[in-house]
Formats: sequence, C-alpha cells, structure tokens
Amino acid sequence: MNSFRIILGISKIHLISRIKQTSIAALGVTFGISAFIILMGFMNGLNGLLDGLILNRTPHIHIYNDIKPSENQPVAYFKDFSEAFNVVHSVKPKQTQKKIHNAQPLINYLNQNPKVKGAIPQVTAQGFYISGSQQLNGMITGIDALAEAKLFNFDNYITEGNVLDLKNNVNGILLGIGVAKKMSLKIGDRIQIANVNGEIIPLKIVGLFQSGLAEIDNTQSYVNVKTAQRILSESENYITDINVKLFDIEDAVPMSKFIANEFTLTAIDIKTANAQFETGTSVRNLISYAVSITLLLVAGFGIYNILNMMIYEKMNDIAILKATGFSGNDVKRIFISQAVIIGIVGGILGLILGYLVSRLIDNIPFETEAIPNITTYPVVYNYVHYIIAMLFAMISTFIAGYLPAQKAKNIDPVEIIRGQ
Amino acid sequence: MNTILEAKNINKYFRDPVLFHALKNISFNITKGEFVSIMGKSGCGKSTLLYILSTMDTDYDGELYIDGELTSGKTNDELAFIRNKHIGFVFQFHYLLPEFTVLENVMLPAKKLGEKSLEEIEHDAIEKLKLLHIDDQALKLASRISGGQKQRVSIARSLINSPSIIMGDEPTGNLDSKNAENVFNIFQELSHQQNLSLLIVTHDEEFANKTDRIIMMGDGHII
Repeated sequence: MNSFRIILGISKIHLISRIKQTSIAALGVTFGISAFIILMGFMNGLNGLLDGLILNRTPHIHIYNDIKPSENQPVAYFKDFSEAFNVVHSVKPKQTQKKIHNAQPLINYLNQNPKVKGAIPQVTAQGFYISGSQQLNGMITGIDALAEAKLFNFDNYITEGNVLDLKNNVNGILLGIGVAKKMSLKIGDRIQIANVNGEIIPLKIVGLFQSGLAEIDNTQSYVNVKTAQRILSESENYITDINVKLFDIEDAVPMSKFIANEFTLTAIDIKTANAQFETGTSVRNLISYAVSITLLLVAGFGIYNILNMMIYEKMNDIAILKATGFSGNDVKRIFISQAVIIGIVGGILGLILGYLVSRLIDNIPFETEAIPNITTYPVVYNYVHYIIAMLFAMISTFIAGYLPAQKAKNIDPVEIIRGQ
Repeated sequence: MNTILEAKNINKYFRDPVLFHALKNISFNITKGEFVSIMGKSGCGKSTLLYILSTMDTDYDGELYIDGELTSGKTNDELAFIRNKHIGFVFQFHYLLPEFTVLENVMLPAKKLGEKSLEEIEHDAIEKLKLLHIDDQALKLASRISGGQKQRVSIARSLINSPSIIMGDEPTGNLDSKNAENVFNIFQELSHQQNLSLLIVTHDEEFANKTDRIIMMGDGHII
C-alpha cells in the first residue's frame, strides 16, 4: 500500500512535468470516449424512435378472423380419391363471420397469462365521413382508449384533445388529421358517419391524431368500442380484432402459433410482420461499436507512442530508481499507472464531454411530419453505455501502457550508467 | 573486525561482440569503517566489478556476500531490496530525478523502504542535507542546483537508509578540484565518524592515496 503511494506520487510528478504530452494523450481518450457516448446515445435514440414508430404501436400479436377458402375441400375427405391428384376449380372463401367467436372469454383468458401485458379488443368498421355535401371513405376503429394509450402509446399520436376526452364521450370521435383537413373540420365540430347500410350516426370530434403515415391519416378515425358496435348495429360481444402486448417480445412467435392452433383464428406475430426492424437495429448498433472501437484504438496508439517516448527520455530516472532500490516491477507499475491515470482522467472527461454534447444534440430542433410527438433529436442516456465506455478507456490505456512499461522493467541500469 | 562485503572468485565474461574474460578470480573483502578505493586504467574492469558488487549486474560467476548474506542467485526483487537497505550509491554524473525537489530526491529511497513514517523520513532527510551543508537548497528542484551541490545531494540520498556500505563510481570525476576535495572530506568524515564502509572507483591518484586501502586492478586481475 505504502509503495503504491510512492509509485503514484512518482507517476503524478512525471505526468505533471509533461503536462502537454499528458494532455494530448488524455484528449485522445477523451475524444474516443465522448464519441462512443454520443454515438451510442444518438444511435439508440434513433433506434428507439424508429422502433417506436412502428413496433410500439404494433401489437405483438394481432388476432382476427381472416377471410380465406377452406384449406381442405370436400373431395379431400373422400377416401376413394385419397391417392388421386384432385383439381378443384373456382374455390371461393367460406361463408364466415368477421367477428371473433367468444371474444370476451378469449380476452380474459389471455389477460390471465403471466406473459401477457395486456390483451385488448378492437372493432373495425367501414363507413363514410359526411360533412356538408362531402363524403369520404373511412375506416372507423372502436378501441378501449385508455388501454390503447397504456399499451401502445396511442396518446403520442393525438395532436389535439386527449384520450380521456374520447373515453368520456360515447359520441366522441378521434379523427385522422388528413380527414379533418380535407373536410375542414376542427375539434368540437360535428361529423356524420354513414355505415354500410346507409344509416347515419352523428358524432362529435373530441380530438385529432396524426400517425405520420398519410394513408392512415386520410381514412382512419377512432371511436369507443361501443360506438363502433353501434355504427355496425351489432351487439356488445361483436369484436373483430384482439391486440396482445407481451412483456417479452421474444414470446410472440410461439404464443401466436399456440393461439392460432388452439382457437382456429389467425394470429400474426410482430416478428413476422416487421422482420426488417430488428436487422436494422442490430446493424446500427454494430456500426456505432465499430466506430467507437476504432477511435479508442487510435487513442490507444497515441498513449503507446507517448509512453514509449517518455521511457526513452526517462532512461536516467529509471536507472536511478533501480539503483536506489526500486525493483523492475516497481518501475513497470510507475509507467502502467501513468497510462491508467491518463485513461481515467481522459475517460471521465470523455464521459462529461459526451454527456454535454448529447445534451446539445438532444436540444437541436428536429420536427418531422412523420413523428408528431418528436420536437428534438432523440438521444438516449443509458448508464450502461457510460460504464462500458469507462471500462473501455481503462482497458485500452492499460494495454497501451503495458508494453512500454514492460520495456522499462527490463532496462538494465548498468548499461545506462556506463553509457554516460 | 566484521566483514561488510566479501567477494569470492568472481569471474565475468562479456560475450558480445566476442567472448572476453573481463574479471578473473576477483576475491577480497571490506571490513566495517574501511575506506577503500579501486584504481586502474580504463577498461581494466574496475567499473564492471563495482556494478557486480552493487548487485545491479547479476551475470557473473562466483559468490558475493553483503553483510554476511549471499546475494548471488537472488531474484531481482530481493536484490532491489538489498540495494535499497544496505547499499548507497554515488555516481560520476549526478543522477537525481530532475522533476523532483532536492528533499524528495533524498527521501525517495527511504519511502521505498517504508520502515519509517513520512515525518521521520523528512526529518532524517533534512539531517542528512544539513550534514552536507545543502539544507538551504532542500525545496529547490533538483535540476536547478549546481553540479557540486547535486553531488552532495546524491551523497545525502545514499545515506538516507543508513546503509552498510557506500559505493561510488568516480564520484569526483566530474567535479573541479575544490568540489572534489570537498566530496573527499565528506567521505572521510563518514568513514571516521559514522564508521561507514566506502568503496570508491577512481582515476584520481591524489584521492586514492588518501584512502585507507587501494585495490589496484589491471587486465581483470587485482594486482
């Protein structure tokens, strides 16, 4: 412990007496580390944003009744033709209902599953928006507004009004911003919905939403589940879709298979629906790690160079230290500790610089039609990045210092003293 | 008379560039309080011998005892400890750490030894500097004092751990006659008053003649 203090004292004086070189070496580390922090924070922010754009509002499992022809035509059940090659022409989809049979018990069943964060019903209806003489094609979805907000961040896309307004108003409607613009409607106005049977239901606009996808904003609107059922003139057990959010997205695939088999429904998992997103995320992560490692490698070479030079300059000092009773290992520790001190100081400065620049980026305005709830560039502050960065700084400087230090350890003092 | 340093049949070879027998069967010993000088022509092996005796050079045959302890074959860490505790060094060139103050330079070997508290070490270091009449320079950087002063500081440093023996490689070789005289007087004082053993390699005949014993070397032999 005592000898450790002396070694640190010597390192400190060496570093301070060469403050220029020391600062340059430390700055190398600082830039490497701050670049890592900035890159990781920014990349993760963007990843989160892009994921959020699609993944967060996409259910992990989407359950519905698909319209499709029977997979097995009657002839397949006829034993005499089991060996034959049967060709059936003009296959038509089976007469089936759009609603999910026994939807409410199924929702209750799913909600009891510990892997499920929430399963919520939706009712989709087609209709027309009528305002004055204008008629527009529309998709009206009945939702449980609060649950949607909780599970799928629905409230992020509401630009005017809020989810509670919809929840509290049975005759309320959340209109897509495209629809509102086309029909020059604003919050508080009335709009009439015509269903497929031609019946007209008047609703009050309680809010506007913007999903960022024009196609949706031009046709979609949201109402309460009950309102949607009323538009369709259906009973309260009429549910067309169930959206499931899981705690762990990894469970989506097996769970959707299980549901599809068990209840003879169509269940689409998020991975099948959005396979490209995961690839994008991992590639972006890979790039940021590669760039940061390159930067730190460069910083490491800088430290290696400077320590190497220092050792040539300090040959005399090394000889004196060895002659007066410092062992080779002590000398080695002196130089390693110098490298590690450079790493720690440079690393901490790098963390601070990285944090400050992240803050700066975080405050740069970034407004885009596609993502209405974003006003500045997204940056993630994850303490794990800071820990990794610091470890990286220490390890790389240690390695950069180790080789020159080993050289210093092996210097023969006799040669230096005689060489004079 | 107790023996401080004993060399038995020391042989040293240089293998590079050609095999060269530098030291041939060197045997002698130094007793406590003895002031010994080694003389000889350049290249006769006197410095080589000193570095072996100082334990810094371990590549030799034979046996070396310091304070009755066999040092041959010990590990580098053990030898570093022996140098630290039992041997004080004074070189031809001043060899102080230039970025440290005079006081820190003197204290460093004692800090390494770690037998005393920091206050005691500082007190001892100032005592040693006083002994050599340079305590007024204690807080200056080692690179800011004159050559004669540097040599006195390095003597003070060699004394800090109360060694059994002081070894010097031409400690007056780089000094003017006044400073050389001064250094000799200090050595003699240490030898007589503190009963310290000294082993000094020198070219200076005048210097050597005043010591207790002269070991003359020639061609790797003691003559």
